[in-house]
Amino acid sequence: MSADLPIISMTVWLPIIGGLLVLGSGDKAPNVSRWLALFVAVATFLVSLPLYTGFDAGTAQMQFVEKVAWIPAFDVHYYLGVDGISMPLILLTTFISILVIIAGWEVIQYKPSQYMAAFLIMEGVMVGVFAALDAMLFYVFWEAMLIPMFLIIGVWGGPNRVYATIKFFLYTFLGSVFMLVALIYMYFKAGSMDILAFHALQLNLFEQILIFIAFLLAFAVKVPMWPVHTWLPDAHVEAPTGGSVILAAIMLKIGGYGFLRFSLPITPDASNELDWLIITMSLVAVVYIGFVALVQQDMKKLVAYSSIAHMGFVTLGFFIIFQIMNQSPTAAGAAMGMQGGMVQMVSHGFISAAMFLCIGVLYDRMHSRQINDYGGVVNHMPWFAAFMVFFAMANAGLPGTSGFVGEFMVIIASFRADFWYAFLAATTLIIGAAYTLWMVKRVVFGETGNAQVAALEDINKREFLVLGSLAVAVLVLGLWPAPLIDVMSVSIENLLQHVSASKL
Amino acid sequence: MSFDYNSLIPVMPEIVLLCAASIVLVLDLFLKDHQRILSYSFAQLGLLATLLAVGMTGNSETQVVFDGSYIRDPMSDLLKISLLIISIGMFVYAKEFLKRRDLFKGEFLTLGMFAILGMMIMVSSASFLTLYLGLELLALCMYALVAFDQESNDGPEAAMKYFVLGALASGILLYGISMIYGATGALDFATVNQAISAGGLDQIVLVFGLVFLVIGIAFKFGAVPFHMWVPDVYHGAPTAVTMFVGSVPKIAAFALAMRILVDGLGALHTDWQGMLTILAVLSMAIGNVIAIAQSNIKRMLAYSTISHVGFIFLGILAGTHEGYTAAMFYTIVYAIMALGAFGMIAIMSNKGFEADQLDDLKGLNQRNPWFAGMMMLLMFSMAGVPPTVGFFAKLFVLDAVISINMVWLAIVAVAFSVIGAFYYIRVVKIMYFDKPEDEAPFVAGTDTKIIFSINGLTVLALGLFPTALMSVCTTAIG
Repeated sequence: MSADLPIISMTVWLPIIGGLLVLGSGDKAPNVSRWLALFVAVATFLVSLPLYTGFDAGTAQMQFVEKVAWIPAFDVHYYLGVDGISMPLILLTTFISILVIIAGWEVIQYKPSQYMAAFLIMEGVMVGVFAALDAMLFYVFWEAMLIPMFLIIGVWGGPNRVYATIKFFLYTFLGSVFMLVALIYMYFKAGSMDILAFHALQLNLFEQILIFIAFLLAFAVKVPMWPVHTWLPDAHVEAPTGGSVILAAIMLKIGGYGFLRFSLPITPDASNELDWLIITMSLVAVVYIGFVALVQQDMKKLVAYSSIAHMGFVTLGFFIIFQIMNQSPTAAGAAMGMQGGMVQMVSHGFISAAMFLCIGVLYDRMHSRQINDYGGVVNHMPWFAAFMVFFAMANAGLPGTSGFVGEFMVIIASFRADFWYAFLAATTLIIGAAYTLWMVKRVVFGETGNAQVAALEDINKREFLVLGSLAVAVLVLGLWPAPLIDVMSVSIENLLQHVSASKL
Repeated sequence: MSFDYNSLIPVMPEIVLLCAASIVLVLDLFLKDHQRILSYSFAQLGLLATLLAVGMTGNSETQVVFDGSYIRDPMSDLLKISLLIISIGMFVYAKEFLKRRDLFKGEFLTLGMFAILGMMIMVSSASFLTLYLGLELLALCMYALVAFDQESNDGPEAAMKYFVLGALASGILLYGISMIYGATGALDFATVNQAISAGGLDQIVLVFGLVFLVIGIAFKFGAVPFHMWVPDVYHGAPTAVTMFVGSVPKIAAFALAMRILVDGLGALHTDWQGMLTILAVLSMAIGNVIAIAQSNIKRMLAYSTISHVGFIFLGILAGTHEGYTAAMFYTIVYAIMALGAFGMIAIMSNKGFEADQLDDLKGLNQRNPWFAGMMMLLMFSMAGVPPTVGFFAKLFVLDAVISINMVWLAIVAVAFSVIGAFYYIRVVKIMYFDKPEDEAPFVAGTDTKIIFSINGLTVLALGLFPTALMSVCTTAIG
């Protein structure tokens, strides 16, 4: 593979341009739009693969860098590159996007070309977020993401979609504008918009704390962390299946990624000062939101709350490092926490996507998400039931699935910080199992609930393909997470070193 | 003293436009209603010729002619070019709108052209007197245009309000000018500025005059608390006129502010900075909050204008080159967006159907996906969401404010822009998520379609490549 090809740019712009083509193809021949969209999505995935195969895991430097002047007056560059932290997330994005296109194949009958186009444009923009190394470019991609998602939820969503999508938009918009002010402030301090220059920027504690809070507003809403999580259940419930998948699998990761790329390296001392805040918010998410999930009657809402709880692990893993580093000079445990958070992000990308797709399969047939409307699905959809049970186990963190690896690493790391953190975090293994498996029991097992359930047909080849590929991903990552950890470990250790060095 | 004919060269654009307007005025007398397209074409040609004249006379130097009452500099060139281009677009939208309701008269064209001439004079004024003349030429044409539809009830009422308040504001402005004249003994900006910089003047008289001037500027911009006329005029005027009032004069108002506050009273920067800060915060607050309550798009856009004016003031009050550049960028971008948004209403409306209620946009995506897409771009641009140019306009202004260490002001601005985002995305919601009441696709002429598409795509293209416009603005401010 030639190193000169702008692989990242291709990964960003191929889906966007392809999306515009799909949009132009109109709705007169929906199948043309669908196949074109699938072709674009698969092509994008193939284009993004060299990022993995050509990746040098031995360095924490940015790779595949592209840098062109964009707005010279403000020293803003079109500056893209990946390291071990962003590369896996880009691949996750391109992979999940294919599944989303397939999942919406015949389900979406209203303006399918616009639907497919919105997802493709979204895909390109999200890759841009992960790859941007210029703060302004990052912000442009970050905000641009809102437009397609706003439309996806609003046009193809459920009955209460308008409320949900406006709430989603305003929540995230509010969170991010303060980040913009912080970025401009740092631009004047550093004299450039380069994120790596921000990393090296000297800031006093007061500035750091204000900037940290601005970032926290942006990223906490996106993750979402308790107590700014309330948009997520609404958005998830009302979004079409594809929208939920993208939201849970990728958009939430962007918040986590933001902590790694901005908060921790730019404001290490403020992160150290305020880590108790994040740890508390994460533990509340893990424990309290877990209990909230337990009482949900709506399957999508249940999975949405479980997403919040799982993302609590991610932020816990990222911010537990300070307490570990304060206790022992070696950073081994800290690296474990951070890697655990990363693994959890990728794994949650697969599992939550799978859970939402499973619910989507049922919803397409029954047009209900209420747990009470189901029962005994296994009698009529054995293949589907097998998948659903498998993914539910993964969601509960069963060893052998990817869900276990990340949670386990974070819990082990928490032990080094404080026993009680680990204790609280570990309760999720019980609560998580409780709400997920209880839902599965009520939906999948038991007597056939009603006549509608009796008439259900098992999954078709298309659905089998989608769920099957996710099952493989969950299993592979669960049994053999080494490749993922290997690519990120150098970048994470570099980040840890950077974070542990005080800027004061 | 002999007259130097070379001094006419910098004034060429105004001369061309004046001739064109006069010809249209006379030509139209001899035309029947169905031949009106001739005078329309001639008016457009006149504007194009003026544009050409600006391009030919423009250069990177500054020329001051007529004993220091007229100036031609890169800033005036750029402002004239943008206001001419936007006016050409405005006439295209207006033609179809006026035709549909039998209002397509020569007066609209002539009054419009004279108004544009007034704005060009404002842009190029080097003394208070020229500025005032240009301003009055613009204002008088506008009053007449607002009352243009004699059969409407709202139009004349709005025109009356506009006239009374406008005359008051002109009086206040004139009073301020007389104060400054009294203190400095000069009317041209360069001498005024020198006199103030030299010091030794009565500071109280100067600041007293400044207050009145700022009020006059705020009125012309429509900044809170001098914004009362904006919603009524926008609402009452025929949409074609609202489109005019709402877009191009903002460029002239920007020139008004720049000429008076920077060229003339630059030395009093610390004094007017505080005044503009208050006006900016109030405008952003009141504009954005009240816009939420509107069900009429024209009124909603009127309040949105007020909030945008707040942002323009942010750039000016920074008092730096970057700030002026940002404000100029913002003004031009705003004029483009306002033109498109009002253009959409003009396209949708029909005889007896104003299409100025928010609900009239329901289900636009089903009726005409392309127009809906363009309108969505315009709305997201107004809300300041990337990758549209509205985001960069806001970004540059915020940059300017933060660079002078007024971070709190930037935070206030972004907080209100979040509130503002709500009513813009509500328009998108109505277009995309609601079911249409009227399934019939609406008709629009090819030229209107093309202009609207260019209008929408410009907002996106400038957002992807903001450097193009940014660098011209930087050069223009010098």
